[in-house]
Amino acid sequence: MKISVTINNKPVELDVMPDEYLAESLRRYGYLSIRKGCDTGSCGLCTVWLDDKPILSCSVLSMRTMGKRITTTEGVQEEAQECAQYIVDEGAEQCGFCSPGLIMTILAMKRELVNPTEQDIVHYLNGNLCRCTGYVGQLRAVKKYLGVE
Amino acid sequence: MRVVNSPVSKIDGMQIATGAPVYTDDLVNNALVIKLLRSPHAFARIKSIDTERAKKVDGVEYIFTYQDVPKKRFTVAGQSYPEPSPYDRLILDEYVRYVGDEVAIVVAKTEKVALKAMKFIKVNYEVLEPVLDFETAMNHSTVVHPEDDLEVNFDIGMQKEKNIVAAYKFEVGDVEEELKNCETVVEETYYSQAQAHAMMETYRAFSYMDHNGRLNVVSSTQVPFHVRRIMARALGIPKSTVRIIKPRIGGGFGGKQTAVMEFFPAFVTWATGKPAKLVYDRKETFSCTNSRHAMRIKVKIGSDKEGNIEAIDIEALSDTGAFGEHASTVFPLVAEKTLPLYNRVKASRFEGQAVYTNKMPGGALRGYGATQGAFAVETAINKLASVLKVDPITLREKNLIKVGEEHPILHGATTKPSALTSSTLDKCIAKGKQLINWDAKYPREIIDDDKVRGLGMAVTMQGSGIANIDTASAEIKLNDDGFYTLLFGATDMGTGCDTILSQMAAEVLDTSMDRIIVNSCDTDFSPYDPGSYASSTTYVTGNAVIKAAEDIRHQIINKGANFLGLAPESTQFEGGIVKSSDGNKEISLNEIAQRLSSSEGQDQLIGKGTFGSETSPPPFIAGFAEVEVDKETGQVDLINYVAVIDCGTLINPKLARIQAEGGLVQGIGMALFEDVIYTDKGKMATNTFMNYKIPSRKDIGNIIVEFEPSYEPTGPFGAKSIGEIVINTPPPAIAHAIYNAVGVYVNSLPITPEKILELGYPQGAYPKL
Repeated sequence: MKISVTINNKPVELDVMPDEYLAESLRRYGYLSIRKGCDTGSCGLCTVWLDDKPILSCSVLSMRTMGKRITTTEGVQEEAQECAQYIVDEGAEQCGFCSPGLIMTILAMKRELVNPTEQDIVHYLNGNLCRCTGYVGQLRAVKKYLGVE
Repeated sequence: MRVVNSPVSKIDGMQIATGAPVYTDDLVNNALVIKLLRSPHAFARIKSIDTERAKKVDGVEYIFTYQDVPKKRFTVAGQSYPEPSPYDRLILDEYVRYVGDEVAIVVAKTEKVALKAMKFIKVNYEVLEPVLDFETAMNHSTVVHPEDDLEVNFDIGMQKEKNIVAAYKFEVGDVEEELKNCETVVEETYYSQAQAHAMMETYRAFSYMDHNGRLNVVSSTQVPFHVRRIMARALGIPKSTVRIIKPRIGGGFGGKQTAVMEFFPAFVTWATGKPAKLVYDRKETFSCTNSRHAMRIKVKIGSDKEGNIEAIDIEALSDTGAFGEHASTVFPLVAEKTLPLYNRVKASRFEGQAVYTNKMPGGALRGYGATQGAFAVETAINKLASVLKVDPITLREKNLIKVGEEHPILHGATTKPSALTSSTLDKCIAKGKQLINWDAKYPREIIDDDKVRGLGMAVTMQGSGIANIDTASAEIKLNDDGFYTLLFGATDMGTGCDTILSQMAAEVLDTSMDRIIVNSCDTDFSPYDPGSYASSTTYVTGNAVIKAAEDIRHQIINKGANFLGLAPESTQFEGGIVKSSDGNKEISLNEIAQRLSSSEGQDQLIGKGTFGSETSPPPFIAGFAEVEVDKETGQVDLINYVAVIDCGTLINPKLARIQAEGGLVQGIGMALFEDVIYTDKGKMATNTFMNYKIPSRKDIGNIIVEFEPSYEPTGPFGAKSIGEIVINTPPPAIAHAIYNAVGVYVNSLPITPEKILELGYPQGAYPKL
């Protein structure tokens, strides 16, 4: 079935299967920053924005995004680079596989939370798993990026 | 040092962090999709298998069963040849040996078609009695590997009719006699669980035939050269027809030191000539690959009244599951990375076996037996301190190995006794003690009627590479415009080895890192390297890179001096310029490179270096835990974790810190909640992140990492390893902290609230000191 969506500010028509999830459709159309780390909506790797809100693209049927705005890391490269610089400065990207999903969540948090505390940050990012870094370096990076003491 | 010992960012950091399509599944082109039909039984023989109806599904290209594959057994363990793991596998076998073992390979145009076709394959099984409890495997009526074509490269102590894959024994002095004479003996049995790697990128590979008729396999692997050898044996083709390419890897932790699935796409492509890909989903990654070996470890430690440890006796039983990957090599590290710490004993002994069961195979996981050993031996040492009523730090200070002292298995089982050449373990303990505020808080603080905080500690060691076996090479090529290409076969799985090896080359060549292109790994181009495992890359490949850089530096000076009409001895090479000692004449590297690549110079400069070590110098770590236990519920919260590390010189302090923090958190998961659990029918119950819990951001408490660098004389710029040792201390240190809080030693991992409550608080909730 064909659906019309806006991806990274461009109107796009996607041909998707009725039972296909957004993560699959996006990868099929070349948005390869989308990574899948699980099959149960547990890891946060596939995070994209749907109408500017972070969602797990592995758990949203593509057809349900009809008429909506989808944003991936590819669409916010300048901001993603700026955020990534803080993460890389801490060495907290390590294997990098979970980084795009994490950065999409961090950027959404930046828009949503006003003057977050360390606890707010940990709470907001808790659904983004990482097996490499132990999270501590990522927290240092996010606090610097957001100017949190 | 200019570049070495500085916190350089990873050279690939910005690209991978912002979503660059550089991982295996991002590079696939027009490949057929493979799905695997898996066994629902823990042990069964396939009586018949009917694929006719499945083959008729539109879009299905091929279906292969055990009747279609080569009949030569192989191992998928990524180890240097001759592998100490048994050749006990076929691509597909008539017997299926665990729930999830592969039954058929379905190849289709899409995943959806493959999954649909799979439902139409009819398999008639003769269901057999499985071995599910590793403690009864040896005397079980079932033989997990009844076949007579199983091979071993050399004697590993296999008795397959008793399900024993491997056995190993080590003894110095008379342990029985010494233990009899000891005034205090602690004797305990510990259980260390199977742990999942849970790297974020699941296992995946794709393959295609190239223009020369060679098999190309692109794989997310830690061991490309071993995978090449494994593919060649599994398919019965020469190694020269196989090429393995490793792109970026999304984490490995040892899991990808085993070629768990590359042979499926490789077989399909070799058999059909068509490109094929296989991507494991998370369930398959949890339940059809490999995990840390579960073990039972019995420890006896004897000392005099003053706490001088006189004898240590360790007995280990390791559950290797359905296949023997890494079976013979993991469990000896239980002793090899614990006994040398307490080198002053009069006698020590280790005896162990690995046994087959009908469960998912064990394999390599960060720590590789040392982690299991550290939990058992360090907990027993802590217990000894409580029995003797001495501070566990004092007990260790009295007994730990010091620089210059020897131990027979300090560098692994295969080497001669040699001395410890670097250690600041005493300083690590002293600093950690201060950072955790030991003197004020040990053993406990009572918070309220329910909550108590306790402190615990442990020390551990690891190695740096496998002595006398693993040998790595590196090459550095001078390009025609005065920049370099650094080639090696170590595999950066997020660890940052591409960066730190480039730092080392830049240091020797007195250049900046942007003048060095790093390429790893393509078995057609890269010099041989066993791959990244056994804490080897910084130490083994690092030393090879230094040799290669020194080699090409020497060549550059010779060529530059020649162009200047001078003797090499009267020139020097600094900042990309060869100049005369008096400074009057000089020639730039750019000019040297350009003249060498013209008809005038006619020479391609390539520096090479190969390194293998007779020793495996141990890094050390002192870990300190502060936990809060709720006596009512048994809930344990980690409040603080302090780790002070001696990994020799820090090649890159920033990346070393992240390695440490990440490893500690994996260790914390292992201590408190990670557990691979099977049902009574042998099916893995923990095959998603919903039921196998890895630490999240909220589970880790406050983590403090510090370094006390020694200088290892055989190391690259004085460095030792860091990758594995960092996972080892949390299980014993947290177990100790819980004991100090509520008086209960839980001897089986993970230490869940249920286990604490089950033991109760026999000493009225607090241990008497």
